[in-house]
Amino acid sequence: MATATHDSYYVPHGTKWPIMGSIGLFLMLGGFATMLNGANAGKTFMAIGALVIITMLFGWFGQVIRESETGAYNAQVDVSFRMGMIWFIVSEVLFFAAFFGTLFYARIYSVPWLGGEGMKGVATGPVLWPNFEAAWPTNGPASVGGAFETIPAFGIPALNTAILLTSGVTVTLAHWALKRGDRSALCRWLFATVALGFIFLYFQGVEFGHAYGDLNLTLHSGIYGSTFFMLTGFHGLHVTIGALMLLVILLRSLKGHFTPERHFAFEAAAWYWHFVDVVWLGLFIFVYWL
Amino acid sequence: MSSHTAHDEHHAHDDHHHGPEPGLMRWVYTTNHKDIGTLYMLFALLMFFVGGALAMGIRAELFQPGIQILEPELFNQFTTMHALIMVFGAVMPAWVGFANWQIPIMIGAPDMALPRMNNWSFWILPFAFTMLGMTFFIPGGAPAAGWTMYPPLVLQGGWNLAFMVFAVHLMGMSSIMGAINVIVTILNMRAPGMTLLRMPLFIWTWLITAFLLIAAMPVLAGAVTMLLTDRFFGTSFFNAAGGGDPVMFQHVFWFFGHPEVYIMILPAFGVVSQIIPTFARKPLFGYESMVYATASIAFLSFIVWAHHMFTVGMPLTGELFFMFTTMLIAVPTGVKVFNWVATMWRGAMTFETPMLFALAFVILFTIGGFSGLMLAIAPVDFQYHDTYFVVAHFHYVLVPGAVFALFAGAYYWLPKWTGHMYDEKLGQWHFWLSTISVNVLFFPQHFLGLAGMPRRIPDYAVQFADWNRISSLGGFAFGLSQLIFVYVVYKAIKGGEKATDRVWEGAHGLEWTLSSPPPYHSFNTPPKVTEAEAHS
Repeated sequence: MATATHDSYYVPHGTKWPIMGSIGLFLMLGGFATMLNGANAGKTFMAIGALVIITMLFGWFGQVIRESETGAYNAQVDVSFRMGMIWFIVSEVLFFAAFFGTLFYARIYSVPWLGGEGMKGVATGPVLWPNFEAAWPTNGPASVGGAFETIPAFGIPALNTAILLTSGVTVTLAHWALKRGDRSALCRWLFATVALGFIFLYFQGVEFGHAYGDLNLTLHSGIYGSTFFMLTGFHGLHVTIGALMLLVILLRSLKGHFTPERHFAFEAAAWYWHFVDVVWLGLFIFVYWL
Repeated sequence: MSSHTAHDEHHAHDDHHHGPEPGLMRWVYTTNHKDIGTLYMLFALLMFFVGGALAMGIRAELFQPGIQILEPELFNQFTTMHALIMVFGAVMPAWVGFANWQIPIMIGAPDMALPRMNNWSFWILPFAFTMLGMTFFIPGGAPAAGWTMYPPLVLQGGWNLAFMVFAVHLMGMSSIMGAINVIVTILNMRAPGMTLLRMPLFIWTWLITAFLLIAAMPVLAGAVTMLLTDRFFGTSFFNAAGGGDPVMFQHVFWFFGHPEVYIMILPAFGVVSQIIPTFARKPLFGYESMVYATASIAFLSFIVWAHHMFTVGMPLTGELFFMFTTMLIAVPTGVKVFNWVATMWRGAMTFETPMLFALAFVILFTIGGFSGLMLAIAPVDFQYHDTYFVVAHFHYVLVPGAVFALFAGAYYWLPKWTGHMYDEKLGQWHFWLSTISVNVLFFPQHFLGLAGMPRRIPDYAVQFADWNRISSLGGFAFGLSQLIFVYVVYKAIKGGEKATDRVWEGAHGLEWTLSSPPPYHSFNTPPKVTEAEAHS
């Protein structure tokens, strides 16, 4: 009693990409660890590892794209890909949750305790740091990193919020264009999305430069600087990844890939982009604004 | 139903290889769920012995008071690496190996849903553990601050921190990819008729475990990343002078760490729920309540984490909240133990090796559960914290708990995997030696802990000498007994009495409708699942 879908679920042959990825990761991370410990040879390993990983990514994704374009994947494989992407994004959400949790814990609990608040604060704050007044932002009782200023929410961050939200709209317009088969509109809206992504990154770079150059707000600026740069930095990294994903989708669209019915890769990149967008809203509210 | 092999030849459609590729590279390039499952399990077995060798070193040092063979610094490296290797290298990969082998053949799928990624999630592991293991040979030696990696201590070691952090990142990537594959396979690849509430319990427990992995592993990645930046990039997450808090690390770590212990034990619940009905020759009692109990335990595992930190200084409301949520876990766990016992009630029981290990699991895991209940009581924990009582507790749930369930599952499915019956006599020897020695090893540690012996210390006061000596003797016996298991597995792979398709007369489920060993591509033709062939 064979059903059509099960019979043609695509199970690929042996693959060399994963082992290549593992070797690349090992070289890159091992090299990075060596470099952090002050041995310069680490940089060479890092560079080689990065090259191996990039080669692997091109090879692996290239193979999957070819298989997709030649119709190797049936509807059930498509569902597997969709579910896989969704749960990958969930794992990314949890990665950010660790840093948001850190931010909330510091602001709600540990910084007030350091200032002597509550039963726990009475036991530690006044004994260890008698002169510390809890406030946010702070770089702690020892003023680690020296006095600093923060970036006001309603300057570049608000502008960047507008840029990312707009890019969420343009990627949806691109999706609608793809679904009605209007390829030139698809490419135009995708181009706009990618451009907005890179404009966001440019502004973020300007803002980091301003923070380091003028405000003395750095990774060294106590708990505020730590949470600020960890959250915005990892977010920026994810915007970069998302923008590169969309760039690949744009190039594929220009080559004529995707049909109005079948375009999982487009949707996966768009989902990722919306995820990056939502994380930014959390950042804008809790890191910059409140 | 043994006509599946014939079907296979028939439906070998778009792929031109029916079997594995020739040569050693088969194992490197493979996308086959059985090959990858085998790799996972062999890797886990290797790590079990590496971690076990470290444990032997620890028990040898603790054989008598004073410093004998391990300097304190090296002793700390041994305890830290023993835990990291056993948790991330042995138990977790072993369960992923089981998942790889069993999920497709238990739900009627041709393979795992994402076979290339499946290969990667395995092949990251040898590299991750090379990175972790080589810290023994770099300046400052291996990580020595405990597997919990608490700052500030962990930040004060030598070169190892960065290597450990990246090794943990790699293990996390592997686990997340493995978990995604499990979820997608179970949700998308079930045979027609295999509704969710017809799935075998092992499938249910692994599905829930996979959700735990996806929620917990990224949080661990975040926690160790903050260690890395505190050490090398000048951040102050865990430095009170900069407004941070070392206790914050403990919160983030245990938000991962508590679900982690359920990641190791939920598949064990699943395996035991497969085995007991087979050898009691009765359907599982309270199937649905088993599913809901597993889900409840998984949910609770996210709101109990601070019971690992009762003595660190938390507000009273925090102590109370985490105490009561922790005790609540006893309810669904009790449901499970009750159901296992009720399944056996008036069953026609036989006691082959898998059943013996499953029975020992039920009893000894419950002992570990009871000591956990004692530790859950915050004021009592103030005395037990960081003593050998804690060591006894978590070793009871992990060794005669998770590891015994792994043995039970291995003996249960070994005939299916290899096509040969294992040596029953040696299996029984392995069981009895393991069960006696594991209790000699860990039960005295309860007494040591109650008497106040601290954990993670290479030396101790003389009044602890007797029980330590007995514990060490049990440890050596347990370690040696495991060599029998290796021999049994080796023998079954090499040959022996041919296993039938069903292997056990009381076994139910799709995997027993396939030949032993099953064809390379499990179910090219999806079976039609009826209520009768559903969960046992």
